[in-house]
Amino acid sequence: MAERILNGSEVVLQALVDQGVEVVFGYPGGAVLPLYDEIFKQNRIRHILVRHEQAAVHAAEGYARSTGKVGVVLVTSGPGATNAVTGLTDALMDSIPIICLTGQVPTHLIGNDAFQEADTTGITRPCTKHNYLVKDSEKLARTMHEAFHVATSGRPGPVVIDLPKDILVAKAPYLEPSQVTHRTYNPIVKGDRGQIEQAIELLASAKKPILYCGGGVINSGSQACKILTEFTRMTGVPITLTLMGLGAYPASDKQYLGMLGMHGTYEANMAMHDCDVMIAIGARFDDRVTGNLDFFSPGSQKVQIDIDQSSINKNVPVDIGIIGDVGHVLEDMMKIWKAKQHRIDAKALDSWWDEIEGWRGKRCLSYKQPNDVIKPQHVIRRLHALTRDRKTYITTDVGQHQMWAAQHFGFEHPHEWMTSGGLGTMGYGMPAAMGVQVAHPDATVICFTGDASVMMNIQECATLKQYHLPVKTVILNNRYMGMVRQWQQLLHGSRYSESYSESLPDFVKLSEAFGFTGLTCNNPADLDDTLKQMLEIDGPVILDVAVDDKENCYPMIPSGKPHNEMLLGAETNGDEAIDSDEGMVLV
Amino acid sequence: MKETEISKHTISILVDNEAGVLARVIGLFSGRGYNIESLTVAEVDASYHQSRITVVTSGTPMVIEQIKAQLSRLVPVHKVSDLTLSGPSVERELALIKVIASGEKRVESLRIADIFKARAVDATNSSFVFEIIGSPEKIDAFIKLMEPLGLSETSRTGVAAISRGTLTM
Repeated sequence: MAERILNGSEVVLQALVDQGVEVVFGYPGGAVLPLYDEIFKQNRIRHILVRHEQAAVHAAEGYARSTGKVGVVLVTSGPGATNAVTGLTDALMDSIPIICLTGQVPTHLIGNDAFQEADTTGITRPCTKHNYLVKDSEKLARTMHEAFHVATSGRPGPVVIDLPKDILVAKAPYLEPSQVTHRTYNPIVKGDRGQIEQAIELLASAKKPILYCGGGVINSGSQACKILTEFTRMTGVPITLTLMGLGAYPASDKQYLGMLGMHGTYEANMAMHDCDVMIAIGARFDDRVTGNLDFFSPGSQKVQIDIDQSSINKNVPVDIGIIGDVGHVLEDMMKIWKAKQHRIDAKALDSWWDEIEGWRGKRCLSYKQPNDVIKPQHVIRRLHALTRDRKTYITTDVGQHQMWAAQHFGFEHPHEWMTSGGLGTMGYGMPAAMGVQVAHPDATVICFTGDASVMMNIQECATLKQYHLPVKTVILNNRYMGMVRQWQQLLHGSRYSESYSESLPDFVKLSEAFGFTGLTCNNPADLDDTLKQMLEIDGPVILDVAVDDKENCYPMIPSGKPHNEMLLGAETNGDEAIDSDEGMVLV
Repeated sequence: MKETEISKHTISILVDNEAGVLARVIGLFSGRGYNIESLTVAEVDASYHQSRITVVTSGTPMVIEQIKAQLSRLVPVHKVSDLTLSGPSVERELALIKVIASGEKRVESLRIADIFKARAVDATNSSFVFEIIGSPEKIDAFIKLMEPLGLSETSRTGVAAISRGTLTM
């Protein structure tokens, strides 16, 4: 095949097209002007102009998580790249496939402290899965294709390609994706058969089994979620999901115990604590999930299935660690379970379920909706009820509202829930919703946020307006950084240091200033009508809901406590101060 | 359940010899709070552009397993081998040691160097530079003996290691 010689920018764009990229989220600047010129001339790739580079990455994350495709970001050198760092770290923690193209000063100026120069590969090394600095035009096409391979295979993650300006201009040969293979990076996807058989034997012999599943199932794809659902129903085992795993199993199903962890349900956490066999699938025993490791599920034998070897035995030692793609391993588990005609001891399983029903009876998520003030949980419940017939995607920011959304909005399908789990990035919600809406223009996209979080990327209102992205941003406004306030109340003697939002904008006027609709609601009686009104508006909306400003998020496992020492909250035992010096030093 | 016994491990890592690869490995150790006791790196296969990094580290069995898993998932890493676990291995280090002394101390330093099979690779009327090759423990012992004899500067390469017998990486 004759080599095609293009200029660097053409190579980059051709590679994007050949990799199936339709949309790029970005912000231009000096170092990437040649690339932007090519985007203008070719008009083959849709470019969404964000208002801050952090938002470009979050938007790409939202796009990626709601579609299963790669999210692509394009930013300039120096501040463009450094602004993207938070988004990249977020994508790394939550295993989201992102390609981030950063401009760089021309190769002969690198290291000279040139204008808008930053050591982008140095800065992003610990916050990407991998990164490249392209110093040789010959390697440009190969690097582009390799980057897509790295971002999407194994445990997905963000990959940065740093592109010096001269490389974007110089002639470069183009290679098709099929001409490029990676020499070293080819992760294992099939799990070890012997270990899978052992895991199945263990599950079959269990008296108190539980499936604990996370974002890995969703990353593995819709098919993996389907197999998980089938397997769970076939075995009759209770299942709990992590924050990142919500939607991997239908929330309305009776075998579902709800989310586990710090703000998970009582039944999920108690079942995790008391189980005798735990199968962790695509979940990494995060500290928000385990609580105090010394007391974590002390009596259980544990199986962990993960595509990332380093996730196994990292925090919690397991008895069987299976390295492989969750989808493949689950498929094998299904086959073996069926072939061996396994059944879990029905009597044991029944009494296990009786125990679980006892915990469920606590109704740990219940709240009372009074006549005078709106409870934040109620907003989420009502919006869930009102959107049941629509294709709905939910994004959140970080804090109390995020936990309430996770607890009260039932997710039936994968890829419909986008939240910043690992990094906990305030400012994630609105840009992520933008990315989701770009990918699904006809769907209802709702961003649950707080009055503090929303301010962190509020500039993206302009992007929503420019591209007519009808994102519905619902602010659960308690005039506090709610989760900070809650911890200050419980752990720091109610000294609310700097957590009160002294000067909030008028969100209706703010929406109007950006050119779209703003709504408010502060009366419980008006809530449903306002929510319906919001859903009917054909365009972006910010809805500012004044909610109970003292509401705390329960249940809660205080830091440093085991699962069976949950606080159940106001409905059962009130907002008690947590007496724990140990908890105070933990996050 | 918790294994708290800390042991020393020598880990060999075969990597693509590309820009930033050493920074990736070192960054992983510092970023995750692992310990590096010794580190060596050099290209070992020019035609494939591969380098070999040898790290001596210590930790509990769970931490050592984690270090190896973390190293293995770095994109330019081809292979990770725990020489401490994989069987007997040879470990060697080279050190250059400057001793400034006169009189009896100077003579004594030469005598000890002879016992250790260290070579004087530089000499002036008032100084020697000894080259010593051996296990890190042997070098430690040599340095300790040189301390009272005018030891004034030490340069060590860090450990290079390889498994014994027919086993390869």
